Amino acid sequence: MSNPEPQVTRVVAVRVEKVTKTFPNGDSPTYALRDVSFEALSGQLTMIVGPSGCGKTTLLSVICGTMEIDSGRIEVFGNDLGAMNDAEITGFRSRNVGFIFQQFNLIPTLTLVENASIPLILQGWSYRKAEEKAASILEDLGLGRRLRSFPKQLSGGQQQRVAIARALVHDPKLIICDEPTASLDAKTGHHALELLKRSACRPDRCVIVVTHDSRIFSFADWIAEMEDGKVIKSCPASDFQHG
Amino acid sequence: MLRIALLMLFRDRAKYVMLVVGLTFCSLLMTQQSSVFCGLMLWTTATVRNIGAKVWVFDAKVEQANEVIPLREIEVTRVRGVPGVEWAVPIYIGIELARLTDGSFQNVQLVGLDTATFVGRPMEITKGRIEDLRLPDAVIIDQVGVEKFRKKGIKIDLGTVFEINDKTARVVALCHANRSFLGQPYVYTTYDRALQYAKPQRKQLSCVLAEPKPGVSAIELSEEISRLPGLRAYERDELFWATIWWYVKNTGIPISFGTVVLMGVIVGIAIAGQTFYLFVYDNLRYLAALKAMGARMPTLAAMVFLQSLSVGFVGFGLGVGLTSLFGIKVLKVGQPPFFMPWQVPVFVACVIVVICCISATIGLIKIARLEPAVVFK
Repeated sequence: MSNPEPQVTRVVAVRVEKVTKTFPNGDSPTYALRDVSFEALSGQLTMIVGPSGCGKTTLLSVICGTMEIDSGRIEVFGNDLGAMNDAEITGFRSRNVGFIFQQFNLIPTLTLVENASIPLILQGWSYRKAEEKAASILEDLGLGRRLRSFPKQLSGGQQQRVAIARALVHDPKLIICDEPTASLDAKTGHHALELLKRSACRPDRCVIVVTHDSRIFSFADWIAEMEDGKVIKSCPASDFQHG
Repeated sequence: MLRIALLMLFRDRAKYVMLVVGLTFCSLLMTQQSSVFCGLMLWTTATVRNIGAKVWVFDAKVEQANEVIPLREIEVTRVRGVPGVEWAVPIYIGIELARLTDGSFQNVQLVGLDTATFVGRPMEITKGRIEDLRLPDAVIIDQVGVEKFRKKGIKIDLGTVFEINDKTARVVALCHANRSFLGQPYVYTTYDRALQYAKPQRKQLSCVLAEPKPGVSAIELSEEISRLPGLRAYERDELFWATIWWYVKNTGIPISFGTVVLMGVIVGIAIAGQTFYLFVYDNLRYLAALKAMGARMPTLAAMVFLQSLSVGFVGFGLGVGLTSLFGIKVLKVGQPPFFMPWQVPVFVACVIVVICCISATIGLIKIARLEPAVVFK
């Protein structure tokens, strides 16, 4: 794997080795991932791209440990997910993974600051301290005056910013984004990716974005292209030629 | 996460109100019906509570206080002869017909007290003097009688005259007595006069009231008296419960009230269970997101149970509160019967907890089956 910034030492944050995942479908199972191998470096924004149904969301799900695999091995920052039990994986996710979902999944009955503080509360922080930290991140993301608003009072772009704040609030090593621009128009999606790149990308953190929106490929450092459950191309974004 | 769970619940106002209303209705139905049932059962023991003797001696076949098989007068002497008896007096208890001066009539519960001691006297004389019961034709009537006659347009007061089985009765005092099962007023007079009022029978003694000597318990004495052929003695509490159990076993009252209480439980489970399931179902996506973000099943279970139980707590409180208001209102009027012992709210609380746990468990099964990866779909 080549390195776009040779002067910085990068480590492999996510290593996927020969992973296969099938879903039951009558007598013959459906292959979502076929012997997939893939790496993502820390300090980079890696995009997994490809057409719908190619397996990119399944790959994302197995990387963050929300879905079990049939065979292969997944390491996240040196931790073998296969060697962990359910409780350990859940604990690992709560400490090390930040999520940005396609539909944002902000709880509609909670205010922005309450939504953004959830990952900290899950780790046992007091409500006051968790909300203080969530509020400071929301302020950094330009939502300081809307802390007590509810998600439905915000635009899609603003909701995406809350989702970003929720993903970053507990300072995770791995940020997982599933189609972050799918619910946004082109301009808002562009702004959201700018914000994500600016606020989330750090040398010790890995950001993985699943998308089929070619308009945001320019934000990637590295792109892995999938098709029919396989990674068919993995290269620096500058070398990637779509289609 | 428990605070988050409560915020999610309280701010979903439509479902929260629906849940609270459902459980309030369920709690109200169960508490109110149980309390009316207890009140009705308490009415059956009015004679026991009004007369209040420690030991009651009946014919051996008598099973409860409102069922009287007359005894021979000699039985008083037999009871007095039992070791451990401090004293024993006769009492007459019977339903007689009272006729007013305008010709209207009213069944009354006539109680004939021992003339010398007035054992079994009314608990509270509200007007007049108990001693005046020794005057000719004297009777004491309770507040139920005053109220019943008032509804018929006749004011009962000291000096009012009416007839009991065609014999003159003159009111010398008014009293307060516990209301009887059939709602007949209590009319007190002396034992001898009661026998004159009563329809002639070969045997007229209703029962013998006895007091144990110091150092002898009422239970021991009642066991001792029960050894006499043809007699059955009850200690006061024993008679109280024997009377209630007789009505429970021999009437359709428990089935009638039990059916309504069961309906309350079913309505509670149906409304609360369904609404809570909908609440969980609507939040499934967010619960899956929490699961993906690292919320473990025990955390989610605690959240769901807290939500369910907090709704149950509010519904229970409102239900019991409304029942209490109902109780305060009806106790002033005197009917329907109402008595809410502490066991009723405890029983209803347990049922509500069960309903909440069932509702929460149904929702939780859905959550447990949820793969966190569903949030990516």
